[in-house]
Amino acid sequence: MSPNGAPAGRQIIIDGLWHNNPVFRQVLGICSTLAVTNLVLNTLVMCAALTLVLAASCLTVSLLRRFTPRNIRMMVQTLIIAFYVIIVDTSLKGYWPEMSTALGPYVGLIITNCIIMGRCEAFAGTSEPIPAMIDGFFNGLGYSVLLLAIALPRELLGMGSILGIPMPYFSTGWDRWIIMVMPPGAFFMLAVFVWICRSIKPRQETAQ
Amino acid sequence: MSINAQLWTAAVTCFAAIFTNNILLMYFLGMCPFTSVSREVKTAFGLGVAVVFVMTCTAILNWVAYRYILVPLNLEFFRFIMFIIIIAAFVQFVEMVIDRYSPKLYYALGIFLPLITVNCAILGASLFMIIRDYTFIVTVGYGLGSGLGWLLAIMSMAGIRQRLAHARIPRGLDGPGITLIIAGLMALAFIGFTGVLG
Repeated sequence: MSPNGAPAGRQIIIDGLWHNNPVFRQVLGICSTLAVTNLVLNTLVMCAALTLVLAASCLTVSLLRRFTPRNIRMMVQTLIIAFYVIIVDTSLKGYWPEMSTALGPYVGLIITNCIIMGRCEAFAGTSEPIPAMIDGFFNGLGYSVLLLAIALPRELLGMGSILGIPMPYFSTGWDRWIIMVMPPGAFFMLAVFVWICRSIKPRQETAQ
Repeated sequence: MSINAQLWTAAVTCFAAIFTNNILLMYFLGMCPFTSVSREVKTAFGLGVAVVFVMTCTAILNWVAYRYILVPLNLEFFRFIMFIIIIAAFVQFVEMVIDRYSPKLYYALGIFLPLITVNCAILGASLFMIIRDYTFIVTVGYGLGSGLGWLLAIMSMAGIRQRLAHARIPRGLDGPGITLIIAGLMALAFIGFTGVLG
């Protein structure tokens, strides 16, 4: 992005989806979400919650940026994020209690997700509200795509189904890889994705 | 439950939190420092010890605050904000105390303490203890065990990575990629402890 002036909308979207994707580059911000990638449905709900919180807090941080004293901005940002997380957590508990139990503490842990704090600090704190919200939304989306890419093979190989629906070959003739739905499977899948993405990335990095 | 039964449960919970339910390898909490601060055994140990201390103390503080402030007031939904503030305040307090009384320790641990505030494992341990409805004594065991489990995992990872320094690793896999694969293998090994106690 250019140092003076905000980047154009399209650039923000591409940056969020690919160039700035923090998961490929540094494996940041997977703490609160990797654990739910053993089932596609849980991942979808978690991703929706995260994207919603991220977009809303980026918007709020940006709106309040002129009134926030510089030295306590971290605390203010944390409280804003926590506010939206409480809304999401409470509505999930009220309308979909089974999902709330399945996700356990991980909805609450969105608060400490490095990505949200990072976007608020790096972009929303110095930008206009609308670009900040777009940035937050597409960063969340880029992150969700990656998590879904991890969740799909895990559920398919481990359970032989996708979204709970049995798949033709995998539910009958396939010897299920139980390890894929257990924690090590998440580490291995993420490692494979980091490997693929990093093998593509270096050329672009040297070009920059 | 009698005190003896609770102590036994606490011991079992502590053991489980270290090995079978390792907060890092089974619940993926505290991954960010795990991948970035695990290059050297010494720094990993420093961070690990700080995590053990902060996790045990904040689990106790959060338990008391939740049980005696939030539950009587029916403000359970407020726990996220409460826990975050308690953790941040506690870390700040510890930092000031260490700085005042032991500058040497402050230089050794100093850089790690602020990092801990944003460590998801600390908040995660507190949230787990609420969800699982632990009693006070079990909470102490759980906080201590989770911290020790985290320390064990990051120390082993640092040890393995030091050995790997001269190994030839495929280009894209170098760095975070190989760390994740090692973590996966470690998680497999830790699953092997299932059923040892309890």
